[in-house]
Amino acid sequence: MPPPAESTPTTARPADAGRYAFLLDWGTRIGVLTLVLSFGAYLLGILTPHVPLDQLPSVWNLPVSTYLQHTRSPTGWGWLALAHKGDLSNLIGIALLAGCSLPPLLGLVPLYLSRGDRAYAAICIAIATVLVMAASGLLTGGH
Amino acid sequence: MAMVSTLPWWFWPLALFITCFFIGIVAVPAGIGGGTLFVPIIGGFFPFHLDFVRGAGLLVALASALAAGPVLLHGGLASLRLALPLALLATMSSIGGALLGLAMPAAAIQSALGVIVLGIVALMLVSKKSEFPVVAQPDRLSSALGIHGVFIDGASGRSVDWQVHRTPVGLVLFLLIGVMAGMFGIGAGWANVPALNLLMGAPLKVSAGTSGLVLSLVDSSAAWVYLNRGAVLPMIAVPSVVGMMLGARIGARLLHVLKGSVIRKLVIALLVFAGVRALLKGLGLWV
Repeated sequence: MPPPAESTPTTARPADAGRYAFLLDWGTRIGVLTLVLSFGAYLLGILTPHVPLDQLPSVWNLPVSTYLQHTRSPTGWGWLALAHKGDLSNLIGIALLAGCSLPPLLGLVPLYLSRGDRAYAAICIAIATVLVMAASGLLTGGH
Repeated sequence: MAMVSTLPWWFWPLALFITCFFIGIVAVPAGIGGGTLFVPIIGGFFPFHLDFVRGAGLLVALASALAAGPVLLHGGLASLRLALPLALLATMSSIGGALLGLAMPAAAIQSALGVIVLGIVALMLVSKKSEFPVVAQPDRLSSALGIHGVFIDGASGRSVDWQVHRTPVGLVLFLLIGVMAGMFGIGAGWANVPALNLLMGAPLKVSAGTSGLVLSLVDSSAAWVYLNRGAVLPMIAVPSVVGMMLGARIGARLLHVLKGSVIRKLVIALLVFAGVRALLKGLGLWV
């Protein structure tokens, strides 16, 4: 590996970058689209919210623990059972955005393994595991 | 802690959308993540509790990083080999930071946020940047992991081979950066770029691109903590994300029209004001 110096281009875009970018791009698009659609349904009153819109100013200034008590809102994945409610339906898009790094990470594993790059395959699996643990609520007391 | 509003419910989400739109416009030319401006400004001047502001701030930073990630990877400006090992530690520590932030009293977080924001201003003022740092010898860890690459600078057409050093120190630093990102919900590009560029010796553009990739992973893990704890309020988060994304698109188009140095001074002035406000609000001196 020579020190940084001017040279002619020697490599095309790496295959791992292409695969990661493709999967991340689609995950993000789906997440943003879901978020915009569900928020539109929430604002237009197509879906009835769990917390009425006119009551929001009296609760959005409260600490989260007090807000949850006042509004009887769920923690962890409890919102999924109430995803037909206008406000909580937005959490589908947010969850998609928070989870859309998982497919690209897992998509890299077979690529790295086929090259014998076990270290990076292990790093991808480790990051994916951390994200799944965070999402599960096991580390965060969400359940 | 947060003020009570007597205005109609729709006023604040609308004001939030407009504010985020303008933050998005100035954030790009100023070279700073929108999340860094979002939390101190919205936390200081809007009636929302800081718990919800930090949850929304993380989503703003996450959405921006996710939108930019594929473009940066396609352009060769972000390196997976550099990002992944650093992101592994930072994703773990950001969970700890988020849990710590949600457990601490809002006043303490607000004061600490003020100090951090004023620290970011100091970093912006004194930090030097190195376009192509010289790394004479890569360290053993980066050699073993094969962290190096070829970067083709679009502006000059130059092709530059790059490598990094001080990887173990970089890993420790990213552990701390993850804690701050999770605790304050402000993203961490302001810390990532100097760490990658000045400490580890990655070219400036590769550092900025790779920072976005690391952020997309770090903010994901912290966002799950806020989501699981019920600290993501859609009426705050969605207008912020959409406003910021639309503003950033305009900001990117205005990049060649707006004077970067003028915008940068404006952003620094905004950060000083918001940082002082957060500090005084946290100390109970300006409620």
